[in-house]
Amino acid sequence: MKRVRVDHAEGRSHPIAPDGADPAREPQPRGAVIRGRRPVDHAEAAERFLAAPDHLSFHDKRLWDLREKRDRESHGIPEWEQLRQLASDIKEYALTRLDDLLEEFERNATANGVVVHWARDAAEHNRIVTDILRTHGATELVKSKSMLTEECGLRDHLQEAGVSVIETDLGERIQQLDNEDPSHVVVPAVHKLRSDVAAVFARTIGTDPGRDDPAYLAESQRMSNRPLILDARVGMTGANFLVADSGAVVVCTNEGNADLCASVPAVHIVSAGIEKIVPRTGDLGVFIRLLSRSALGSPITQYTSHFRGPRAGGEMHVILVDNGRSERLGAEEFWTSLKCIRCGACMNTCPVYRRSGGLSYGATYAGPIGLIIDPSFNRRKYSLLPYASTLNGSCTAVCPVKINIHEQILSWRRVMAEHHEPSMTKQISMKGASALLSRPSAYRAAVDGANAVLPHMPRFALYNPANAWGKGREIPQAPGQSFHAWFKARRRKP
Amino acid sequence: MIAMRIGLFIPCFIDLFYRDVGIATLELLERLGHAVDYPADQTCCGQPMGNAGFVAECRAVEALFVRNFDEYDAIVCPSASCVHHVRHKSALPDAIRARTFELVEFLHDVIGVDALPPAFFPHRVTLHNSCTALRSLDHEPAPELNVPFFSKPRALLARVGGLEIVETERADECCGFGGTFSVSEAAVSARMGQDKATRQAASGAEYVVSADMSCLMHQGGSAARHGIDMRYVHIAQILNTKAVDA
Amino acid sequence: MLAAIRRNRPAATTVLPELQSFATLPPDGLQAEFRRRLAQMGGKLIEPGPEPDRLAPARRMIAEAGITCSMVPQLPGNRAFDRAEPASLHDVDLAVLQASFAVAETGSVALRAADLGVNALGYLAQRLLVLVDPATIVENLHLAYSRPEFHDGHYLVLQTGPSATADIEGVLIHGAQGVRALTVLLAIP
Repeated sequence: MKRVRVDHAEGRSHPIAPDGADPAREPQPRGAVIRGRRPVDHAEAAERFLAAPDHLSFHDKRLWDLREKRDRESHGIPEWEQLRQLASDIKEYALTRLDDLLEEFERNATANGVVVHWARDAAEHNRIVTDILRTHGATELVKSKSMLTEECGLRDHLQEAGVSVIETDLGERIQQLDNEDPSHVVVPAVHKLRSDVAAVFARTIGTDPGRDDPAYLAESQRMSNRPLILDARVGMTGANFLVADSGAVVVCTNEGNADLCASVPAVHIVSAGIEKIVPRTGDLGVFIRLLSRSALGSPITQYTSHFRGPRAGGEMHVILVDNGRSERLGAEEFWTSLKCIRCGACMNTCPVYRRSGGLSYGATYAGPIGLIIDPSFNRRKYSLLPYASTLNGSCTAVCPVKINIHEQILSWRRVMAEHHEPSMTKQISMKGASALLSRPSAYRAAVDGANAVLPHMPRFALYNPANAWGKGREIPQAPGQSFHAWFKARRRKP
Repeated sequence: MIAMRIGLFIPCFIDLFYRDVGIATLELLERLGHAVDYPADQTCCGQPMGNAGFVAECRAVEALFVRNFDEYDAIVCPSASCVHHVRHKSALPDAIRARTFELVEFLHDVIGVDALPPAFFPHRVTLHNSCTALRSLDHEPAPELNVPFFSKPRALLARVGGLEIVETERADECCGFGGTFSVSEAAVSARMGQDKATRQAASGAEYVVSADMSCLMHQGGSAARHGIDMRYVHIAQILNTKAVDA
Repeated sequence: MLAAIRRNRPAATTVLPELQSFATLPPDGLQAEFRRRLAQMGGKLIEPGPEPDRLAPARRMIAEAGITCSMVPQLPGNRAFDRAEPASLHDVDLAVLQASFAVAETGSVALRAADLGVNALGYLAQRLLVLVDPATIVENLHLAYSRPEFHDGHYLVLQTGPSATADIEGVLIHGAQGVRALTVLLAIP
């Protein structure tokens, strides 16, 4: 297939060809196995992702490409680091006055004709949505992408209530039709190759199974969604920002699908996490400059939409959702994770995420930000996630609102250790390490013993199945003498 | 300059596997005119437990660290991640944390580049900055940030005769060692190591040089497993080459 | 819910920073920067015609289009849509609009509800032709957000080029859901 360079929403783009064999022959690796509240095993799912070289290669390169574009755009703005500090300060200010600002938002939005609802948790949120749909006799909901509705499990809830939900973002629609969660907060189907999408669309919207060019697939989705949007009575969007001083809801998309969902149906429902609030309209200058540059390396999303009230002849509802956020606000080490604006930059730069795929985290939020948010929803289920990181800190360095992500990952490990969440093996080995490393004579015996033995160990004994290191790497050649022994011998010399 | 009494802190894996890195560090500091001692009862800073979240398990190791190093003017260690742990993550006394230096920053910030003895290393090398050196100890600014560039390791290497630096693609990407990560997420870790070694080989370098031996242990192990011909040296080993060696 | 927030909110130590404009005029002027960024974002630009009819290129575009809805009296379309049901605009080929203002830093045009007539017109039409008065181009988003339009009316969108997606293998496709093409004419009606 011919691949051409194209002018891209994200700057100059080069479509990335997967290395090697025909991708059609490689089945898409699936995500982590979910077994109730038992800890999600990221390492196991990651190993399966790594075993699919075409998917791995594309995923890694595509997201690294976004990181490079992000670097280029951010380095083109002299005040970039100032903007990050401003964004962080504005968010911290807003979070420490969250109650007042939410009330201000409610006052202004209500004055503009918006109906404001408050939802303590996912169940309340889903009930409010269902009630609005019932009031309007709607059996269909067209919606744009929202991580919050993923968090609330809205789609499943509505499907059970007999409402058919149509995701209108292309990536999100692919994931919906394939019965998978989004694997990335900005590019939900980035773990799929075109052949995977072609198979899903052939099965669900009747595309030609032999055609996998992206333009054809995207056009087919446009044509299949459009009549559903035209018929819908109720549309739904998420929110990127809520502006207290104007009552505006700001939604950023590249496809314009949020605006379709908000402007065609008579009723527009907004699902918004309470942490989305910013105090002033002017603050948006800071955030909009940072958001798409961090996410995709483009100066702005194609559509930055400000909804202050219902469209002519329509209705607008805003649901302010807590779902664990007020509790997180009280967590001394973790409350700043609420500054997150869901740009996905930490995912793009994360070397572990790029090599394991978002679905391997088995949670609504994947990647570095997921490691510090998910455990607050369920400590046991996500107890292993904080260990899916090398603590390299690149996530923190790209974060546009300066969340100390890698430090919070480490803090979560401490929480897990205090609650005895890590596996017994890890607990025993850490206690063993401590005992060894706090007793010089025992330690000395171990090091010198290893130095005496290692150089003479046969390969089969060293590289046994219990040796996780040896699975993919050689053990260094021990010199037969430790530094300690060398120093002692040198000192004895006259 | 007043000669200092330096306590040499050689982390456990260097003690076990990399005697020559310890020797190079020791000799270099002695050649600068300082009294260097190696407290014999030292073991570790507690990083393996601390990074896994087991803070309580660090305390006994830290108490031993104090007994070993309390008496010195400066504590110098050829490992950025260990120094980062001592300085920023441990519960060690402030006085100890303030006196603990990673070798590159000690040479660059405390000794001064101009005081270094001449060195000669006629090879193409590529520099691997460990993540802690880059993002916690300010050896260079992290490339994600829009701030003026500087580089402590490059300033040191610039004085080495015959040495040429070539660049590795995705130089700032973590190599995947990550301490216990290397075994708890062995598959991802090994793949990251393989990718790193492959890109290093593509740079045309004969040697990879770093201030962190733990990264090099992982990268070297990956290169060896995948048949990649690359040599890995600690920056102390290059800075301690004597001009007469040529 | 508010009580839970009040109970848990951290001490308010951070001061709300004062806003800055960070405005520095681009070296070759606002128009040039706007053109560059619009092109980067996939927008098209047509040049005004010679005096006296600066709008001639727009007229030509309208003449060649199918169903056209216009909000610019000087450039009439062929379908009246005053207070039309949004879904009835599904077959519109071209919408002709005038932007409230534009942003050089991003190549965006600002369209309010009053500029769109029916909000859905900006998304259901296959293509948009947007007139931008060059005098209304502001340097960057900080200056854009200091404009009064954000406190007036129910809707304002900053549109930057056409609808776009790169959700399948990172390949850029215009016209994912909304308009397939956005053309700007820098001229006053």
